Amino acid sequence: MAAVQISLPLPVLPEGWSGEKDFKPIGHLSHATDRNIEPVGPHFLAHARRKRHKRTFSEDDRIQAQANVKKVEDDDSDDISEPEDPVLLQREAKDWKAQDHYAVLGITRYRYRATEDQIKRAHRKKVLKHHPDKKAAAGGTEDDQFFKCIQKATEVLLDPVKRRQYDSVDEAAEVEPPSKKATQKGNFYKLWGKVFEAEGRFSKNTPVPKLGNEKSTKQDVEHFYNFWYTFDSWRTFEYLDEDVPDDNENRDQKRHVERKNANARRKKKTEDTARLRKLVDDALALDERIKLFRQQENAQKNKRKNEKEAELKRAAEEAAKAKEDEAKLKAEQEAAEKAQKADSKKAKEAAKNAAKKNKRVVRAAVKDANYFHGAGDASAAEIDSSLNDVDLIITKIDNEELAALTAKLNGKKDGAAIKQVFQEEAARLVGEGKLKAGETKSLG
Amino acid sequence: MSAEADPTQRVAIGISFGNSYSSIAFTSAEGKAEVIANEDGDRQIPSILSYVGGEELHAGQAKGQLVRNTKNTVAYFRDFLGQDFKSIDPTPCHQSAHPIQHESTIGFKIQDSAEETENTVTVSEITTRHLKRLRISASDYLGKNVNAAVITVPTNFADAQKDALNKAAKEAGLEVLQFISEPVAAVLAYDARPEAKLADKVVVVADLGGIRSDIAVIASRGGIYTVLATHHDYEVSGSVLDQALMDHFAKEFIKKHKSAGDPRENDRSLAKLKLECEAVKKALSIGTSANFSVESLANGVDFQATINRSRYEILASKNFAAFARLVTHAVEKANLDPLDVSEIILGGGNSHTPKVASAVRNLFPESTIVLAPSTSSTAINPSELSVRGAAIQASLIQEFELEDIEQSTHPAVTVTPHTAKAVGILLISGDEGTAVFHTIVDAETPLPVRRTAIIATPREGGNVLLKLAEGLRHIKITKPEPRVREPSSDDEDDESEEEEEEVREKTWKVDAVLSEAALKGVKKGAKIEVQINIGHDLTVNAIFREVGGKGGVRGILQGPKVTQNGSA
Repeated sequence: MAAVQISLPLPVLPEGWSGEKDFKPIGHLSHATDRNIEPVGPHFLAHARRKRHKRTFSEDDRIQAQANVKKVEDDDSDDISEPEDPVLLQREAKDWKAQDHYAVLGITRYRYRATEDQIKRAHRKKVLKHHPDKKAAAGGTEDDQFFKCIQKATEVLLDPVKRRQYDSVDEAAEVEPPSKKATQKGNFYKLWGKVFEAEGRFSKNTPVPKLGNEKSTKQDVEHFYNFWYTFDSWRTFEYLDEDVPDDNENRDQKRHVERKNANARRKKKTEDTARLRKLVDDALALDERIKLFRQQENAQKNKRKNEKEAELKRAAEEAAKAKEDEAKLKAEQEAAEKAQKADSKKAKEAAKNAAKKNKRVVRAAVKDANYFHGAGDASAAEIDSSLNDVDLIITKIDNEELAALTAKLNGKKDGAAIKQVFQEEAARLVGEGKLKAGETKSLG
Repeated sequence: MSAEADPTQRVAIGISFGNSYSSIAFTSAEGKAEVIANEDGDRQIPSILSYVGGEELHAGQAKGQLVRNTKNTVAYFRDFLGQDFKSIDPTPCHQSAHPIQHESTIGFKIQDSAEETENTVTVSEITTRHLKRLRISASDYLGKNVNAAVITVPTNFADAQKDALNKAAKEAGLEVLQFISEPVAAVLAYDARPEAKLADKVVVVADLGGIRSDIAVIASRGGIYTVLATHHDYEVSGSVLDQALMDHFAKEFIKKHKSAGDPRENDRSLAKLKLECEAVKKALSIGTSANFSVESLANGVDFQATINRSRYEILASKNFAAFARLVTHAVEKANLDPLDVSEIILGGGNSHTPKVASAVRNLFPESTIVLAPSTSSTAINPSELSVRGAAIQASLIQEFELEDIEQSTHPAVTVTPHTAKAVGILLISGDEGTAVFHTIVDAETPLPVRRTAIIATPREGGNVLLKLAEGLRHIKITKPEPRVREPSSDDEDDESEEEEEEVREKTWKVDAVLSEAALKGVKKGAKIEVQINIGHDLTVNAIFREVGGKGGVRGILQGPKVTQNGSA
């Protein structure tokens, strides 16, 4: 934030004022209030940064400034500063074919990965250092051999075609396949990964799949090996050609050399393809994942088989169990039925007995009621008719009603009351239609 | 989708989602926020959805359906999000689909498919559909698939409502980077202008919306915002201004066509009247007179009338005054005086109305800047304030991981101690009674803070005394009789020339002296730089030095004895 400008003057220091180091603390700030600040805006982000990283204002300013400066520097300085080999500096420009162009420009760490921009910048850097005029000015000799090497290297590397030719035979970029022994120590992926990465530079198809690691899926691994067995390489061996004599006089000689070169190239290409093939074979043979996948597949197959068997076994067991259960259930049912039968028989007998007893009570009641004859002895006809009527009622009612009737009669000794009970019962039966009115004359 | 989580694949916009209108904006490559118009060309996109025979109409087209297809048109639903039926106010939806209780949330019974059956659509589903349409509009405009957004919400939006909105946005294919409150977004929109200067100020953001008004008092301290007070009102809003116009035109209509009846008594006539009145209100914000014209307003009778701005201002004068009162009320709530307010930002569609701005203007001193189209030519369109702020915030945090954003917005970071009193320096005299206090660090400034001041020295140079103190703001009321004012360094005192009126001015009183320091042998005409650092534990670290000179004095003032539990 911009500084506050205050135009009013400061007071003059009073006479005799003194303080340690010219500063005198007197009071304290009042207590602060906690409030929520709104998490919005660029200044809040700065605040959040300071708070989260526990930086003070000046620290944050410095770190931010450094971060900004670095961005500018990145564009400028690269790591294109490799120490120069004194032997390299002694090179003759005429055997440029044998020189390591990347080493000349000081970008051996990039090699085929170096971008055009990096090459250009490396070239500029070297030119600034090795320009023959500078050397001459420094009192040296007119030695421009290394400068020519630089120019040649740049010429090769900045021409895409020539660069590919050179990259094809750049031995320094090759990674030798590791020995079997080395891979058995468990660093298969590390060692072979580098090999395939280096070989992958010749691929016409991109992206080149990575070797991956022990966690790679089966699909990835298969894709990887398929890619390498059908590898399409742009590698050429023109760079190693013998120089074709550049004279018109000896055409035969020229053609002969050309043919020889073509043959040599073809031969080398075939060799290279075979070499790559063997390399992939070796890797495949050593790859633990292939074995693992096979094992997994077998395990799965076995598992399926085991599962099937288990399933069959389980089904058989279940069937047997079901049968057993059924038999058990049946037996239980039969037993229950039998018991029920016995029970019902007993109940029937009991009911019969009860009915008999009830009937007895009813008949006794008639007798108690003096055969509905009021006082005095009843005539035989009267007795007969009343007994007939009661029997009629008894035949018309079922056991429960009989029991109810008995209950009503129980305890009653008075003839009129007993008669009334019978009358009510007869009336009820008439109501239900089981008895015709007037059928029970003695109760009339 | 993994692409959404990947900050590099993010295309983020700002969304302002209001009850009446929504808007969308993005930040261009030059860092300017630009509001996106939808396919109808509207920058203010009505938050309305309507269904006709299974076809979904959105925004302006849906608004037209309010008259004919009332039952299947959903409007004013933002505030229903994440609420239960008991706590909502369904009044604004009177002329559209009515909200009903649906399980634990709120739904609308509408025919949203080609079939004749009515479906219950929850408010979050409606919101999803609305946001989807906004997203499509933005994607079409930008030519890139928009997948993230910063959405503005009112300051009183509860967490449940935010959660519901977040879910609805996710369904619509938008990753919500952050919810920011509307008033803060408005302040950010103004502060992000290239000509804006960073200053310590108190800003009042008054948002006069369609169905509610929100006022927030915000302390802006070096670009960090703290909300000091908020005030929400559901009575004073754009709809009452519409109502005033509606009553006026309805009376006019009855006067002319006695037999046709009152258009306010018929739902359809009322809807037509309301739509036209809203248009008239907008027209009156721009021109001094406007035409009201509705075909078949009631009983097949057409109606045409004109109204001029002053008539409208008389009709709605009560409401304008009420709105201005809301603003002062919020300022009081924050324990501040109108003199403390340095800016008033008027937002919301109704702030286009010139009378709203002038009503607020009259209640505040001259020194307060009122930012509205009618009072300031450089004001940003009030309808676009919050969406612009959201777009700026979106561009700021677009590249951040979601986790990073969450951590930055965590209370551990946002809860900050604020100074209780202003810290400043004594000028002219070293004596507390006669000295002039000038603030360097204002009250309510979040800690830690660093402020620098450049101060003039006595004419002849020499030794100077630097006395830091805490000051209290004091409102001095001067009665009409002219008297010599105390020289005050604040700018607020130019308005005191008018006579016959009591003059209020802002002065500072020294509350407690903090420290004294001396700079000796200052050159003639030199200036002194004072830098004050206050840590979160209230430790003051002061540096005094002559501008361009060497050495200087440093002093450390420990915080109060009773340790505050301020977070680190």
